[in-house]
Amino acid sequence: MRRLLFSLPVALFVVLAAYFGFALFAGGDPHAIPSPLVTQPAPAFNLASLDGESLSREALAGQVTLINFFASWCVPCRAEHPLLMRLAEQEHVPIYGIAYKDKKADTERFITGLGSPYRRIGLDEGGRVGVEFGITGVPETFVIDKAGRIRRHYGAPLTADQVRNDLLPLLRELARG
Amino acid sequence: MKQFLLLPIFLAAFTARALAVEPGERLTDPVLEARARAISKELRCLVCQNESIDDSNAALAHDLRVLLRERLAAGDSDQGVRDFLVSRYGQFVLLRPPIEPATYVLWFGPFVVLTLGAIGSWLYLRRRAAAERPPAPLDESERRRLARLMKEEG
Amino acid sequence: MIAELGHFALILALLLALLQASVPLAGAARRDLGWMALARRTALGQLVLVSLAFAALIHAYVTSDFSVANVFENSHSAKPLLYKVTGAWGNHEGSMVLWVFILALCGAAVAGFGGNLPAELRARVLAVQGMIGSGFLLFILLTSDPFHRLVPAPLDGRGLNPVLQDPGLAFHPPFLYLGYVGFSVAFSFAVAALIEGRVDAAWARWVRPWTLAAWCALTIGIAMGSWWAYYTLGWGGWWFWDPVENASLMPWLVGTALLHSAIVVEKREALKSWTILLAILTFSLSLIGTFLVRSGVLTSVHAFAVDPARGTFILLLLLVAIGGSLSLYAVRAPSLKGGGLFAPISREGALVLNNLLLTTAAATVFLGTLYPLFSEELGGPKLSVGFPFFDRTFAPLMVPLLIAVAVGPLLAWKRGDLLGALQRLWLAVAAVAVVILIGLYLTHGGPALAVLGLGLAAWVFTSALVEWAERVKLGRTSAGETWRRARYLPRAAHGMTLAHLGLAVTLAGIAASAWQEERIEIVRPGQDLTIAGYALHLDEVAQIAGANFTADRARITVSKDGKLTAEMDPEKRFFPVQQMPTSVTAIHTNLLADLYVALGDSDGSGGWTIRAYWKPLVPWIWIGAVFMALGGLLSLSDRRWRIGVAVRAPHAARAAAAGD
Repeated sequence: MRRLLFSLPVALFVVLAAYFGFALFAGGDPHAIPSPLVTQPAPAFNLASLDGESLSREALAGQVTLINFFASWCVPCRAEHPLLMRLAEQEHVPIYGIAYKDKKADTERFITGLGSPYRRIGLDEGGRVGVEFGITGVPETFVIDKAGRIRRHYGAPLTADQVRNDLLPLLRELARG
Repeated sequence: MKQFLLLPIFLAAFTARALAVEPGERLTDPVLEARARAISKELRCLVCQNESIDDSNAALAHDLRVLLRERLAAGDSDQGVRDFLVSRYGQFVLLRPPIEPATYVLWFGPFVVLTLGAIGSWLYLRRRAAAERPPAPLDESERRRLARLMKEEG
Repeated sequence: MIAELGHFALILALLLALLQASVPLAGAARRDLGWMALARRTALGQLVLVSLAFAALIHAYVTSDFSVANVFENSHSAKPLLYKVTGAWGNHEGSMVLWVFILALCGAAVAGFGGNLPAELRARVLAVQGMIGSGFLLFILLTSDPFHRLVPAPLDGRGLNPVLQDPGLAFHPPFLYLGYVGFSVAFSFAVAALIEGRVDAAWARWVRPWTLAAWCALTIGIAMGSWWAYYTLGWGGWWFWDPVENASLMPWLVGTALLHSAIVVEKREALKSWTILLAILTFSLSLIGTFLVRSGVLTSVHAFAVDPARGTFILLLLLVAIGGSLSLYAVRAPSLKGGGLFAPISREGALVLNNLLLTTAAATVFLGTLYPLFSEELGGPKLSVGFPFFDRTFAPLMVPLLIAVAVGPLLAWKRGDLLGALQRLWLAVAAVAVVILIGLYLTHGGPALAVLGLGLAAWVFTSALVEWAERVKLGRTSAGETWRRARYLPRAAHGMTLAHLGLAVTLAGIAASAWQEERIEIVRPGQDLTIAGYALHLDEVAQIAGANFTADRARITVSKDGKLTAEMDPEKRFFPVQQMPTSVTAIHTNLLADLYVALGDSDGSGGWTIRAYWKPLVPWIWIGAVFMALGGLLSLSDRRWRIGVAVRAPHAARAAAAGD
């Protein structure tokens, strides 16, 4: 019995080391915060849009769409921009943009300068819609299915690998279903 | 009324630390403001390291502070505000993990470790002390055996 | 050229370490004096080589040699010289060189000052040090080479995080590492004892000074880190339960338990296997801390840039070092013969309680730090564990410990008189009552827990003095006799009193944080902000430029009752290279309270947000820590640690005559 007790520390350590091993190899990015909104309906919103109209949740219904939160003051957004352009022009993915905490004039300049992958751009100057979607910064992207439910959340700028291996297959699958 | 005042004082005993609330954010109603501060202290600033939104000066912290004050002013309950934020950001936003089956190990672990350790220590101490008792006196046959052995030793 | 020399020195050091890890160990088993003696030479050789490597790295920083990748990534020609030097260890690779440097220093110290150790023990201790050194040198050479060159050499560096350009922060890693790595000596002693199969009073006596030194360094390191956070981050917060802060607290808690447990081994030859386990656990926690900070499994404001290869290597190191030592423990510890017997109510019993509470506290911090990681891995939600958890679990554990701190030293060994001890503490009870009453009066019935905290601090403080007074028979005999007794009391006794007093002072500082006042207002130049009876008059806000930053500096004149008290200059700095703003707070202290002022943003029309805090007793947190470290140092200077086991006079004289 005593011998068993003496073996307890090493046994506990082996379990701990196993956890560390899993965390190292199979663990996700510790910075990533998984969104609780995945599989939930997208939050309702109604924003004025850049072209003078409005952008609301209803506009997304019936098709598989992407919502991309961005801002003119966001440097990684510029890095992600070419990927979004390709998605919009070559893959014909409907992308709706929401300018987060950005002044209208700055957003206009951003779009004029780089081009727009967006069907419409909502202006969330106060950032309240961003909080509704649970974002903590920009850029963040949400995949919304035909029924209006959020199916995937990317909390960081999209990468080419992600688009190829994860996003496009998901979009195809959702388009079929 | 009194319990609302006691709550922040009680929490202040636990968690009195630095604060970042801007003058412009504060609610005019002191009771609501006190509730807001108490709730903020237990909400995580998601773009900082281990700071609460009450402590942090990040933009997101500011937004969340304003948001929760608006909801409180609109009549939401404390739990309602917390639930709203959890529904958007997940459990991660709460600095105090809820006590539920998923967190029993966390909340009760220290107590369990202490109890097991205390039991172990007590058993150990008893073992150490038990040997302290003087041995029972020899009975007749043992005394004769002892005498014989002593004679043999010479 | 010099960088290559540094690299080569590291390789040679690795070879020496491998030699040190093997030959003396075999020599101890074979009782071969020559093989065992090799340990001292390799230890000294390692110190020379690693020092060379460290010097080479610092040279590269000082000369801003940007062809060395490490210097390029972490330095900039515009940085002040002091921060160029300290920047050498402000990054992963450089800090690992600091680590092995201190490891080599410890090994050489054992080789140099361990003359009173038996040859086999010393050889085994140095062999285990050699194993640790081999592991870390291999880690550096394979995954974290600080001398990696860049071709072609860039013109200037990427600059260091401006937050790190600060004296408090620059110097706290060396103290922390002296602590973390210093505990490796206790670890080596424990493993050596397990190999030998013997733990006795002599072993405990030899291990104590090394443990004490490491503990003092870690105390100072943690206090410095906390103090730095106070004046730089978070508007006056000084502890965030950040994973890396916790990684330093855990070895400190277990190290404190080790320190106290070793007393029992030394005095009574009891608690042997417990003490050995604590020695292994303390350094293991240092190693686990290294893993957590450098592997990337946890996020932390301190975490270095991560690389899975490094994490894997450190995990392997953990498996070998911790798994190996704990397995050895499982096999050998049961056969360690228990020594002195004692009643549950006794000094030994109190120290068992001390062990129990400190270890449980460390386990609590461990649980709180790693639970989010485990929960997420098991598929659960991503959780946050912050102050609310630790306040409800860690704090309640400390209360019985602090009560016991007072009583323990007054109990006799073997069988103590609890009632008698408590009666002798009547003065402490009175002090508690007085403090609580005064506290309640002054703070208008303020936070009950904080007043109780102050009462607890008074309890610990007064009882430490009572115990000291008893030892020198203060008031019960002539002043001359008391003075004589005090002079001849072993320094370790004075050290203990000072350390426990320091603990009380820190506790008082922590408890008083409940009464801090804050004012955050928009102030225009010429206006006043009042807080805690002080009037803060904003004179002006000027634009200034520093070596590598631009800043807004506010000039604030502080007065109380019309009298000028201080002038404070909080700043908001902006570093163009890093595109990063930092805040330089202005703190005015009278050692009883701090006035803490930070400059916020301008409102665009001449007004500035001024954040002012009045923090009573906050300096005591760090003053207490300094007392604790001084107490430890005082104990360290006790002659008994240096003499070792007593030898018979004629033998000693003969040995001296033979010129040893």
